Amino acid sequence: MQSPAIEYDYTVAKWFSYLAILFGILGMGVGVLIAFQLAFPDLNYIFGQYSLFSRLRPIHTNTVAFGFTLSGIFATWYYVGQRVLKVSMKESKFLMTVGKLHFWLYFIGALLAVASLLVRYTTSKEYAQFEWPFDIVVVIVWVLWGISIFGLIGIRREKSLYISLWYYIATFLGVAMLYLFNNMEVPTYLITGMGDPLHSVSMYSGSNDALVQWWYGHNAVAFVFTVPIIAMIYYYLPKESGQPVYSYKLSLLSFWGLMFVYLWAGGHHLIYSTVPDWMQTMGSIFSIILILPSWGSALNMLLTMKGEWGQLKENPLIKFMVLASTFYMLSTLEGPIQSIKSVNALAHFTDWIPGHVHDGTLGWVGFMIIAALMHMAPRFYKREIYSKKLLEAQFWLQTTGIVLYFSSMWIAGITQGMMWRAVDQYGNLAYSFIDTVTVLHPYYTLRAIGGLFYLVGLFMWAYNFFKTMTASRAIEREPQFASPMAA
Amino acid sequence: MFGWLERNPFFFAVGVFIVIAFAGLIEIVPDFAQASRPVAGTKPYSLLRLAGRQVYIKDSCNACHSQLIRPFKSETDRYGNYSLSGEYAYDRPFLWGSKRTGPDLHRVGNYRTSDWHANHMWDPTSVVPGSIMPAYKHMFTNVADLETAYAEALTVKKVFNVPYDKDIDGDGKVDVPLGSFEQAKKQALAEALKIAKETKREDLVKMVESGKIPEIVALIAYLNGLK
Ligand code: HEC
Ligand code: HEM
Repeated sequence: MQSPAIEYDYTVAKWFSYLAILFGILGMGVGVLIAFQLAFPDLNYIFGQYSLFSRLRPIHTNTVAFGFTLSGIFATWYYVGQRVLKVSMKESKFLMTVGKLHFWLYFIGALLAVASLLVRYTTSKEYAQFEWPFDIVVVIVWVLWGISIFGLIGIRREKSLYISLWYYIATFLGVAMLYLFNNMEVPTYLITGMGDPLHSVSMYSGSNDALVQWWYGHNAVAFVFTVPIIAMIYYYLPKESGQPVYSYKLSLLSFWGLMFVYLWAGGHHLIYSTVPDWMQTMGSIFSIILILPSWGSALNMLLTMKGEWGQLKENPLIKFMVLASTFYMLSTLEGPIQSIKSVNALAHFTDWIPGHVHDGTLGWVGFMIIAALMHMAPRFYKREIYSKKLLEAQFWLQTTGIVLYFSSMWIAGITQGMMWRAVDQYGNLAYSFIDTVTVLHPYYTLRAIGGLFYLVGLFMWAYNFFKTMTASRAIEREPQFASPMAA
Repeated sequence: MFGWLERNPFFFAVGVFIVIAFAGLIEIVPDFAQASRPVAGTKPYSLLRLAGRQVYIKDSCNACHSQLIRPFKSETDRYGNYSLSGEYAYDRPFLWGSKRTGPDLHRVGNYRTSDWHANHMWDPTSVVPGSIMPAYKHMFTNVADLETAYAEALTVKKVFNVPYDKDIDGDGKVDVPLGSFEQAKKQALAEALKIAKETKREDLVKMVESGKIPEIVALIAYLNGLK
């Protein structure tokens, strides 16, 4: 089974890694800006109409989700895929070309798409704002990735698919299905020959549109922020720690459980809306059930470290990954709580929701991608990690940032929700809306500072990565750890 | 079985696909016909209001505003009757939003006026001290894109049978006329002039009189119609 002779080709993996860093800094730079805007509205005008909050918010969400996170997913795929399948991209000119094409089309498409948002082309649907020509580019990019996945699988030496691969395949299929159905739209120019050629109108209307959108929106979270990140942790944590995955049965159960349950939970975005009641209740119930497979994966990871907790002290990468699993558990407990009807009545539309989003994205997604890239860097460049001290400092700074972020948003959200419904002794509303806005100022400020900490951490990460690439001590062979797959 | 699946990627992928597609099938398909039926009184958007709606979308007002009043006393007291599914029948896309940084707007037409909006959109803090809503000054000079709005109206009329140029309530009159682009534009200009005058801003009136509708006027037409 051992085949040390394989020389893996990391060209495409490296390119996507650079992009992950670039889009991470851009997207979260914008995140910090809009966070400060809510505290200090004058910041809306620093670039005229192009820096208004409403213009930048979709740019933030799209850049971090489809720029930062997707780049991270692709980077790790082009690394992990070769290693667990035991084939090199070198062995197939075709797959190498597909990989490079995938990268360039994705990069150029992403830049154009962001530019289109800046000049007000948007369909308004969250995480699906891009107008139809960009949707077509997205589909092509996705198909290229699919060719790369199944192409590599086609020429594999290792016959059995490692757990991470299950999750990459699911990501590919899930996003493909969701994206296609949610972006069904009719370009108005093609029908009438008039007006803006980029404009389109949704195939669905009203409550139906909402239903499809949140079936998509919720599962975009599933298949971009959850499933592929689990793919990463199943590979990188065992590799970095040298510990085999705790339980194969638990991973089976969690995988199929997650696949089945996740898709039902979209209804929790529509509680007390005008979509049918039974669907809202299904959304609630399945959200609670979702705790099981989610915690299954997370516990499987934490138990992988059983008896090896000493590593947590010595290795900052283990720190990042263990905390990532912990944040994953936190947000997969918090989400179901927010899906309970009575809690949702309070939490929906408030800052508690972004609070929830960000303990998942910053703690789980962000930390996992950071750790994955720093695990790969020494293997890309055959050099040691430039500074573990710096990585350590980054870890603590960013952790502080996350805690500031979610705790301020919990308080803000619950305060706001309570004030909206508060009544005086005669049963009249106690507060005008603006009262419920001004009261949030200190929390908005704290959140922005937390975000700034996280952003500074990203710069430390970028510097460390760059130095590892150029100036760190060279090593003969890549760092070796005992590993479950010897991959 | 799982061991076998893991060695047969094709069947593995098919298995995953079936498992994830299942929920969508059960949840989405049965309700499709039902939920899109308009309630009495719901009419398609006039050309001007549709153009205003496009402005609302283009500047992503939905990033901070919801249009969905939930059935709680605290919400109906603040915003008016709770929302009904049929009221959204002509909303493509829906604009419920997911975050209320600002108040719900589903019935804002009942309690705000054209001049209030004009002042507020020009400088929110001058109307509501402490507001964190941005000012949208560019809407006062940008010209609304009536052609694209017309293209959208015509598209939904042709493709989805939205009842433009039809008698919807059975009183023998056409409820929302669309007609040719020229006819529709004339109608929109007339509506726009009325609103521009209500805003008491000379510059807006002048623009409309010269045949150009500023985005803000279209937007206000849309907001006034949210009832
Ligand atoms: C940063 C978030 C934000 C954005 C973006 C935003 N608003 Fe607001 N909006 C607010 C806040 C906060 C208030 C409450 C304070 C006030 O009235 O200014 C408000 C109030 C309003 C009101 C008054 C509603 C009432 O019941 O008094 C209207 C109308 C309105 N906004 C329209 C818009 C439109 C149209 C857009 C898009 C062009 C928009 N807003 C974009 C935050 C926002
Ligand atoms: C420096 C770090 C970050 C900061 C300061 C930040 C800030 C913000 C702010 C201010 C909002 C708008 C909230 C509102 O409307 O009230 C937001 C929304 C959002 N952000 Fe971030 N963000 C950061 C990182 C990330 C990352 C890494 C991701 C994902 C990978 C992410 C995903 C999202 C999503 C999905 C939303 C929409 C939430 C919703 O609709 O409820 N953010 N962010």
